[in-house]
Amino acid sequence: MKPPAKMSKPTSLFVIFFSLFVMSEAVFEDQVGKFDWRQQYVGKTLFAHFDSHSQSSKKLFLATDKNIFASFNSRTGELFWRHVDKAGPEGTIDILLLHGQDALMVVGGGRLLRSWDTNMGGLNWEAVLDTGSFQAACFVAMQDTVKHVAVLKKAAISLHYLTNGHQKWVENLPDSDTVQYQAVYSGGEEEVYVLGVVPNSHLTIIAYSLEDGEIIKQRSVEAPWLSSVESSCVVVGHGVLMCVDTATLALYALPIQSLDLEVSPGFQPVLVSSQPHPARSPISEFFLQLGPDHHVLLQLNADGYTIAPLRDFQPAFLVSFSTTGEKTVAAVMTPKNETVKKKKNVACAINLFSADSGRRLLDTTVIFPLDLNGGKPFKLYVHAFLKKDDSVGYRVLVQTQDHALTFIQQPGRVVWTREEALADVVTMEMVDLPLTGTQAELEGEFGKKADGLFPMVLKRLSSQVILLQAWLAHLWKLFYEARKPHGQVKNEVTIETLSRDEFNLQKMMVMVTASGKLFGIDSKSGSILWKHYLENVQPNAVFKLIVQRTTAHFPHPPQCTLLIKDKDTGLASLHVFNPIFGRKSHIAPPALPRPILQSLLLPVIDQDYAKVLLLVDDQYKVTAFPSTKNVLQQLQEMASSIFFYLIRSDQGNLSGFRLRKDLSTERIWEVVLPTEVQKIVAVNGKRPNEHVHSQGRVMGDRSVLYKYLNPNLLAVVTESTDAHPERAFVGVFLVDGVTGRIIHEAVQRKARGPVHFVHSENWVVYEYWNTKSRRNEFSVLELFEGTELYNSTVFSSLDRPHLPQVLQQTYIFPSPITTMEATLTEKGITSRHLLVGLPSGAILSLPKMFLDPRRPEVVTEHSREENLIPYAPEMPIRTEWFINYNQTVARVKGIYTAPSGLESTCLVVAYGLDIYQTRVYPSKQFDVLKDDYDYVLISSVLFALFFATMISKRLAQVKLLNRAWR
Amino acid sequence: MASVPRSFLLLSIIPTILILCADFACCNTGRKTGDGLDTDFSGFSVPLEHSFEVDDVSRFRMRGALQLRGGRETSVSLSQSQLSEEDRNTLKEVAAVDGLYKIRVPRVSLTDRQTERQMDGYLTAFVRACSLVESHLSDVITLHTDVSGYLIGVSIVTIPGACRGTEVEDEVDLEAFNTTLTIIVPTNAPQPETALFIERMDIEHEKRGKPQEQKSFFAKYWYLILGGAIFLMASSSAQPSAGGAEEQQS
Repeated sequence: MKPPAKMSKPTSLFVIFFSLFVMSEAVFEDQVGKFDWRQQYVGKTLFAHFDSHSQSSKKLFLATDKNIFASFNSRTGELFWRHVDKAGPEGTIDILLLHGQDALMVVGGGRLLRSWDTNMGGLNWEAVLDTGSFQAACFVAMQDTVKHVAVLKKAAISLHYLTNGHQKWVENLPDSDTVQYQAVYSGGEEEVYVLGVVPNSHLTIIAYSLEDGEIIKQRSVEAPWLSSVESSCVVVGHGVLMCVDTATLALYALPIQSLDLEVSPGFQPVLVSSQPHPARSPISEFFLQLGPDHHVLLQLNADGYTIAPLRDFQPAFLVSFSTTGEKTVAAVMTPKNETVKKKKNVACAINLFSADSGRRLLDTTVIFPLDLNGGKPFKLYVHAFLKKDDSVGYRVLVQTQDHALTFIQQPGRVVWTREEALADVVTMEMVDLPLTGTQAELEGEFGKKADGLFPMVLKRLSSQVILLQAWLAHLWKLFYEARKPHGQVKNEVTIETLSRDEFNLQKMMVMVTASGKLFGIDSKSGSILWKHYLENVQPNAVFKLIVQRTTAHFPHPPQCTLLIKDKDTGLASLHVFNPIFGRKSHIAPPALPRPILQSLLLPVIDQDYAKVLLLVDDQYKVTAFPSTKNVLQQLQEMASSIFFYLIRSDQGNLSGFRLRKDLSTERIWEVVLPTEVQKIVAVNGKRPNEHVHSQGRVMGDRSVLYKYLNPNLLAVVTESTDAHPERAFVGVFLVDGVTGRIIHEAVQRKARGPVHFVHSENWVVYEYWNTKSRRNEFSVLELFEGTELYNSTVFSSLDRPHLPQVLQQTYIFPSPITTMEATLTEKGITSRHLLVGLPSGAILSLPKMFLDPRRPEVVTEHSREENLIPYAPEMPIRTEWFINYNQTVARVKGIYTAPSGLESTCLVVAYGLDIYQTRVYPSKQFDVLKDDYDYVLISSVLFALFFATMISKRLAQVKLLNRAWR
Repeated sequence: MASVPRSFLLLSIIPTILILCADFACCNTGRKTGDGLDTDFSGFSVPLEHSFEVDDVSRFRMRGALQLRGGRETSVSLSQSQLSEEDRNTLKEVAAVDGLYKIRVPRVSLTDRQTERQMDGYLTAFVRACSLVESHLSDVITLHTDVSGYLIGVSIVTIPGACRGTEVEDEVDLEAFNTTLTIIVPTNAPQPETALFIERMDIEHEKRGKPQEQKSFFAKYWYLILGGAIFLMASSSAQPSAGGAEEQQS
């Protein structure tokens, strides 16, 4: 009885010890924001409104495609608040209407009607709407006050009170199965008009009574030319419906009038009108867009029948109306230079015109500089206001195709720019910064071929002189700047001053966004150093970013290649660029006429130190990039040792290929997982830049358990097609990518995805949903060769006949997760942590020690010797483990880890809606002296000891001499 | 020690009886049992083909036949013929140019024989021809199945697996395969071991819990509280003078 009783105490001590050990990881208060930063984004703007409630308001309201409703400070571009709704169609914002202090929103395809308080961003009320797909909504005013909002669904119209969201009435629309109701309009009278259309037949107009929803009038108008009210009709003036006939270009103002205007071929004319206040009719002026850069301002005369053209704008990209007080103005954006394509400095000019006369207002020109690496202007939001002298001033928000927002103030000052493309980062890489001039000089000295003794000495001397010079300059600068206040010394990070720091902690983050815009971001400050917009990127494109040459090969510039692949056709293109400056490389990428199945980066380098990228097309032919003679020769030589794998998840097929000398391929293995049983959901190899420091683990009895470190190992995760909770399973296959041998095959019963997993070193960690116990579980697989290594010098997949021992353990995890990644360090000495992105936006740094299949059920002497934590079925979540404290990353999608020059430090970037960068120290900063390290004390002690030794030595000598004399 | 084989024998008989019972008992419940009966006694064979060519273009020939026995205890055996003189020479030539020796088996299901669904395609694996030659044709072929008994993969390794370039002099060494054949079914990944953990915790609690009976706070520390209260009362009556003195001092 006694020994076990004894044992229990050390066990608990043990647990306490470990909890203490990992507890000390949290950030200190004074470290907040020192090594980390966060940027918050909202996504592509769908609706934008200026707060026109008061003159001095600084607010700007946006609703975006990421289901976010946000408020910005229009002076700085900073976020006041934002509301992140559910992702996907459930949270889509159908419409955003602003009236006074209330922002009305229809959410989720007509599911909910919400009212927000624009001052604080609080929710006023929320009303659940009847089912039916949303069509339109508008404010309804009565006697000059807006009290209701009308929501038009496919088959019903409902009226809600603005104050509490209660439904006033709801009416079914007549003949809703034939008539497509598309618009709702109210001009301040006692009626609400609903417009419906039977395509190419007639238009239906129904007037409902505001009081009780009774149909007052119902009219049908023959309109065989009309297919959609939404796209070709607007209400102008006193209840006149203006429609444009795309075929004959006639403007139907009901009655019809034809105008002598010419439309660009293949262009659908668009009408733009403005209703400044819901209690009043829309203004009688409107724009007609006739071509991509041709607009006409038209006016409906008071008789309601004739239309007069006011002004012709050509070229004009974008137009917008804005109202302040009683004045309505039209803002028109025109290209500044006539020779748009030839000039380098392209800019756009925005001018203000009086809407009722078409006259240009004086001193209203604003120049909008067009970024060459950005997209074209896409939409214009104008906020006009009355100045003190009663003239109209304005501010403009320009949305460009690359989802960037630029805010411009008179006279032509860009106040701020937001790169909203960063709300959807797809993939990223971190690239080392280049060396400084002096460092590069030294590098160059060693890089060049030796040419005799004397020139080498000379070269060395000259570089030493340069170094001395630089050092003196640095000293001088220090001396000069010592008297300046501290704030001024801090210089901005620019692309010119970029250089690698001592420990390589500052890197260039190359981010690829879904919109096709590339960014280069300084990892230390988070400032965007370069951007490049790739036009003609399909929305469903798949990106793969490959670093072909790092900065280590001076004077060759670093080189990154972005593989852009169309998901449907598989056709791909390459964009080769310099990751430090973002400039497109002059190297011509190969033409890829056939769909690309697989791309692989070989460790083979060409004479310019660029790694060779192989692209496999659908005929299993291989294209090499770069494809110089040197490369082709090297490929021929080592063709028989280049293997690659292809995965067709739709057929459940995994197959392996070997390269032939003529760059064709041969299929050498095939594994087929029947799709009737399970489907492949994810395949993951190991990261090529991963280092493993120790070959094995020392066990309690001093023997070594060797790790199975197969660099070609693939982890294949499948999910069962049978979704029944009792029969559903998740399969984990470990397959050798060279031989196709199934190393291990495990089935997690009663489990369902989504499966998140990390494959690294000799382990795989995966997370799944347990359908029986209804919880998330973590499972860890570790592979060991055993106590003896088969071949300790080199690993070859072709020569490893014995299967590894596989250990596995499973734990309960008390939270769902969204993404997972493992830390990575320079030499792999530091212990590993798992970085787990939680739906709450927190990023958990979970020590791998807790996910160790050798955690013992019963503590023994050996396991204690080995520092194994006793098994506990539940994985703890400690708040100190959140590396981003309160800086949550909304909708975290991916975590990227990169090693730094310090072994203890790993750089982490979490991206999703927000971007968060920080450093983590999984084994604490064992290679860094603390900030408060007492240099003075240590050196004084050292000196004291030194002198004490000298003195005592002298004394001892004297004593010895005296003794000898005696 | 002597009792072990006997009990083993007994144990091996029991399942057989049980299986038979089960089979007889539920003959009319479904096709699975009848199927099991069928395969248990007959099994079926699939061809095992191999290919080794100097030009590395696959031309598969018959190597042997795999006797598969599905059902509850899947088993597999291989009957294969010797290599012909010509094959031996080709194999040596392929080994000399570091070619590959490939094998393939058709995709079949071990359990679902009744449907006889002929799945198209093969499962292929390879090994370097030189290692096969140097190991004197001693290879290990492993068949992998998934949860429902479909063959999903095959693998071949030789023991030893390395190519050291040693010449195989004796032709006899290359005549017959010395094959070890195994079939691997997926292992069940463990569930979280809650029951065992709770049991362990209970045991620990029992050991520790008995002497310290749960008493209420007051029951435990009544004397301390009482003592404290008395002390406070005593000190509060004495305090005014002392506190006043201190204040004066400061």
